[in-house]
Amino acid sequence: MTRLSPQAIRLMIPVLSLAVLLAAVFWLQPRAMSYMGMNLLFNLAVPIALATIAQMLVIAVNDLDLSIGTFVSFSACVTAVYLPTAPLVAVAILLGAICVYALIGILIHLRDLPSIVVTLGMSFVWGGLAVLILPSPGGQAAGWLRALMTASTPFVPLAIIASVVIAVVAHLLVMRSTLGVAIRGIGGNARSVARAGWSVMKIKAAAYALSAFFSVLAGMALVGVTTSADANIALRYTLLSIAGVILGGGEFVGGRVSPVGAVIGALTLTLAGSFLSFLRISPDWQIGAQGAVLIIVLGLRLLLARREA
Amino acid sequence: MNALKPFLSKPWLWSWLAALATFIVTILFTGGASAFGLSQATLTFAAFSVLVGLGQMLVITLGPGNIDLSVPATITLSGTLALKFMDTQDTLILPGLAIAIGIGLCIGLANYGLIKLLRIPPIIATLSMSFLVQSMAIWSNRGLRIKPPEALAAFATGTTLGIPNIALVGLVVSLAVWWLLERSIYGRWISAIGQKLAAARMAGIPVDGTRCLTYILCAILAAFCGYLLASFSGGAALNMGAEYLLMSIAVVVIGGSAVAGGNSNVPGIWGASLFMFLVVSMLNTYGFGAGIRLILTGLIIIAVIVAASRPAGAR
Repeated sequence: MTRLSPQAIRLMIPVLSLAVLLAAVFWLQPRAMSYMGMNLLFNLAVPIALATIAQMLVIAVNDLDLSIGTFVSFSACVTAVYLPTAPLVAVAILLGAICVYALIGILIHLRDLPSIVVTLGMSFVWGGLAVLILPSPGGQAAGWLRALMTASTPFVPLAIIASVVIAVVAHLLVMRSTLGVAIRGIGGNARSVARAGWSVMKIKAAAYALSAFFSVLAGMALVGVTTSADANIALRYTLLSIAGVILGGGEFVGGRVSPVGAVIGALTLTLAGSFLSFLRISPDWQIGAQGAVLIIVLGLRLLLARREA
Repeated sequence: MNALKPFLSKPWLWSWLAALATFIVTILFTGGASAFGLSQATLTFAAFSVLVGLGQMLVITLGPGNIDLSVPATITLSGTLALKFMDTQDTLILPGLAIAIGIGLCIGLANYGLIKLLRIPPIIATLSMSFLVQSMAIWSNRGLRIKPPEALAAFATGTTLGIPNIALVGLVVSLAVWWLLERSIYGRWISAIGQKLAAARMAGIPVDGTRCLTYILCAILAAFCGYLLASFSGGAALNMGAEYLLMSIAVVVIGGSAVAGGNSNVPGIWGASLFMFLVVSMLNTYGFGAGIRLILTGLIIIAVIVAASRPAGAR
């Protein structure tokens, strides 16, 4: 038997669990094994995958973002209200929000603040802004955005293509680019990054800004799929994104993250949610299924890691 | 170093000052008219945050990465099941309490079981558990709203000598936790574990038992809070625990406990809980809309944490 690197094992488990879950769904409902079926299954996974990448970037610098859910909701509200009628205003607001994220990264670094609390505070701020922009559910998706998210691509459904693109882009960005290495370096050992002549503050600001950029994309994708928004549309994303990162083999400390794994983790969690409806079990247990899948997959990881050791 | 100003160096001072300032600003607006009513409401709602905050504080004391995200689900499940069991009968109040505490015990054990046996990071372990518990609550609740027994509801909403009963309960529990943390060997143990796990293990501290007990205590406090909250608000609701996730973490940190663990204090939990409720009522009094209220709440939380912080490298 060939020896696998720990990273390969790390990635193997999320891939296997997604495959098993997908096989189970197909076995229960063969009709899901079609272009249409796959699209339906994974449609909502695209925004979740983007939010998971956003969370991953923050986790890579040893921080945690508890405001992702409200920030994606905020982006979705801006997208649904301003993008169709006043695209420039929408772009300006979203760019401003990305700058705010960078500033938060700087603030956390300069004052040595716990990221959990600062982002907790920010979650109230984004939530409040979302309510101000869109007091009651509504808005609409811009024509091109709707067209993009519902495009019928040949052979492979858009949701799958989009997930692959997100994974590849995030992989190049985080694992291959200089900035990505610096970001993960801060998570590993901030002091040695600083000694090597980098500005930890600038890198942290960049990590937060990039994270915000992916959250904004998540909000826009969400509006493209659902065609409307409300201030609470993505609150679940905070916890789902954290779970997705860990499910995909990431760790909270040490800058050990895997972008491809994170996307797969997000897909697995999405699928876990809809899996039960195929079993005809009451939707009451839908959230519970996500919890159970988390536990099982992480348990499997332990089992395999032990065997390897 | 701090001998000259022992009082100013107390980590919980900031939260109390912030709470006091907020109270004064609110009273100024009403011209002192609602001072009594505001104090009563504040004490009651702060007490709920104190209960969950104390548990979360013990868990956070255990050191980096330790946090209990299952608090809201535990609140909901224990409130739901306890009220369902008591079925409005006064005779079942104490057994109902036992049920609530039993639920807390089970969830705490399960949380630590996942952390220990599957070696899952606590955030993810308690998160997965909260998904399961939340599903259980949804399944058992079925949208029915069962009223609490009358005597219990009367107790939960009543006052003794002008002080809300809930606040008194919160005070008693706080004193117990203060004793645990500051005077008992258990408190020394969790602080030691939070400061350096490996050193604590070397020193012969039963690390696993202590951590397990801490997660159980946290879940029991959350379950107890759910029991009281459901009785206070006339029935359990599926979203009753939702706001306490962020609240329980916020009061610990604003109260001056170290986020990295190893150094906690009980008075700060009270200061921060009073402050968190007062901020909301202050913004309400000034007639702000929901959006502005949320934004200001967030900015005030950040301002407090920045004010209480020191620049990086100053330590």
